[in-house]
Amino acid sequence: MSSNVDKPVAAVHHRISASLVGRVVVLLIALFLTLGPVIWTLVVSLTPTDSLGQRTLSLTAFRDVFSQVDVIRLFWNSTLVTGLCAIGQMFTAALAGYAFARLRFRGSSLLFGIVLATMMIPMQVTIVPVFMIIRSMGLSDTLWALILPAIPTAFGTFLMRQNFMGIPESLTEAAQVDGASPWRTFRSIYLPLSVPGLAVVGILAFNGIWNEFFRPLIMTISEQNFTLPLGLVSLQGRLGTGSMSTVLAGVVLSMIPALIVFIFGQRPLREGLTAGAVK
Amino acid sequence: MSATASTLTPGRPVTVHPERATTFKDQNRRAQGRMAAWFLAPTVIGITLFTLIPMAASIVLAFFSWDIISAPRFVGLRNFQTIATNPTIRVSFLNTFGFVVVAVILQLVVALGLAVLLQTKMPGWLRGFLRSAFFFPLILSAASVSLIMSYLFNEDFGTVNKMLALVGLGPVKWLTTAAGAMVVIVLVYVWQNFGFTFLLFIGGLSSIPTDVYEASSIDGASGWSQFVRITLPLVSPTMLVASVMAIISALQIFDQPYVLTRGGPGDATRTAVMVIYQSAFTELHFGLAAAIGLVLMVIIMLATWAQFKLSRKFVFYM
Repeated sequence: MSSNVDKPVAAVHHRISASLVGRVVVLLIALFLTLGPVIWTLVVSLTPTDSLGQRTLSLTAFRDVFSQVDVIRLFWNSTLVTGLCAIGQMFTAALAGYAFARLRFRGSSLLFGIVLATMMIPMQVTIVPVFMIIRSMGLSDTLWALILPAIPTAFGTFLMRQNFMGIPESLTEAAQVDGASPWRTFRSIYLPLSVPGLAVVGILAFNGIWNEFFRPLIMTISEQNFTLPLGLVSLQGRLGTGSMSTVLAGVVLSMIPALIVFIFGQRPLREGLTAGAVK
Repeated sequence: MSATASTLTPGRPVTVHPERATTFKDQNRRAQGRMAAWFLAPTVIGITLFTLIPMAASIVLAFFSWDIISAPRFVGLRNFQTIATNPTIRVSFLNTFGFVVVAVILQLVVALGLAVLLQTKMPGWLRGFLRSAFFFPLILSAASVSLIMSYLFNEDFGTVNKMLALVGLGPVKWLTTAAGAMVVIVLVYVWQNFGFTFLLFIGGLSSIPTDVYEASSIDGASGWSQFVRITLPLVSPTMLVASVMAIISALQIFDQPYVLTRGGPGDATRTAVMVIYQSAFTELHFGLAAAIGLVLMVIIMLATWAQFKLSRKFVFYM
């Protein structure tokens, strides 16, 4: 242990730089393995094989994906489902989160405990009865079958409650003294201050619902109600392995909205994803 | 709560009538209760309709045989017997356990390793770029990722086999052999999900005070012994949370094997959720599907509970 101290300074420096090179190499390999498949996808989608079997730079794969599958319809379905779920989650979570954080009523903590406990129930356990309920509502094979069950959100409610509790309670008192009704207090004081929390709920909903595969696979039957992930998988099944570029062009298109959210909403997304772990 | 003079804006004439103050408070309390009812209604009704009632229904359904067409028939524990004896279902659970063990360990090692490496002195923009890059696969859909990987791991023209050929290896039968297919599922799953665990470790590592490291390097501790004696114990609370969350999500794997192998070859990559899906929506055994779901949920709860029990021995809280 103490021999380190006796070593000449130059040797210590040499050892550090050797370990630094090792660290950089490992990070570069990890970077290559992480981004490689994504860049490869982009390259292949832009260089489809032509009739001579040569790869050339062209947009024909993107043209093909539009002719092979109703991409506009898939985008519209995904956008509608994701958008309504995100808005619905923000709306219901804001209301419920505020009630749990700032309104006094009997049974508040018991009810909150029940809501939290439902986060433990995996979706695959309840999917069969949910399918039956949707069916009995006459909504099977509609987009509503995807939207309605995904709107109530225990996790979003939890996040919004934390968010509202972080806003000083003295604001409530001040508002009441000024004669504001409880509704006014919520609408004009708390809601504007909770926009960052709402952004987290909305972005998490987007990330979850846009990429969802299991529920659309069960809840939708006809192709006109498919969302993007389902549409792309069925496109691959239909085309076989021959037109790789066409399928990957569809994958690239479906990534664009996620990429936009990633660029502009990365911080709320990171915060939201890890919020359940650190509380 | 009560209107004291200190919270009022100065210069406003105030007359306090005690009796009016209490009625205001009463009114306010009633208004709050009414408002709470309205505010909670969408969430409480929604969770009741789409989680609590279905949960109860699943528990009941697990003891029935039902194919939607004919009336449900009470069969006692028969569905659970089927789970224990049916080879496909048993193998699917075993596959799931094997997958969880390998995938979660790999995910934790990769995530912690990269999080520690990211602490190397480097320019801020580079650190930010690397963090974003490692986190990027999380925003893609598992279906898209599986489509991409199905081409990359293709036996005949896949890039992975081409790269292996460059160093004189392969071709590996990735998706048509039991072992190969499982390896691909693990790699694809970990590729997409390590970023989440990585983010947790970044948070955990940043809470370790730097003077602990400084003090230990004065005492002559090297990088590796610092990692084993300082980083690992101090990051163990994060390790617990990260492993619980990773196990819960890995036990529910479905998208990757569905797209990549449909559970094959044979039943080699069939998972617990895949047999829930098949029992219910291709074989119309809704009771059996509900029973498999319950077993999976109990396993998830037991795994979580066991980890918190174990953590008393291994987790070090500062």
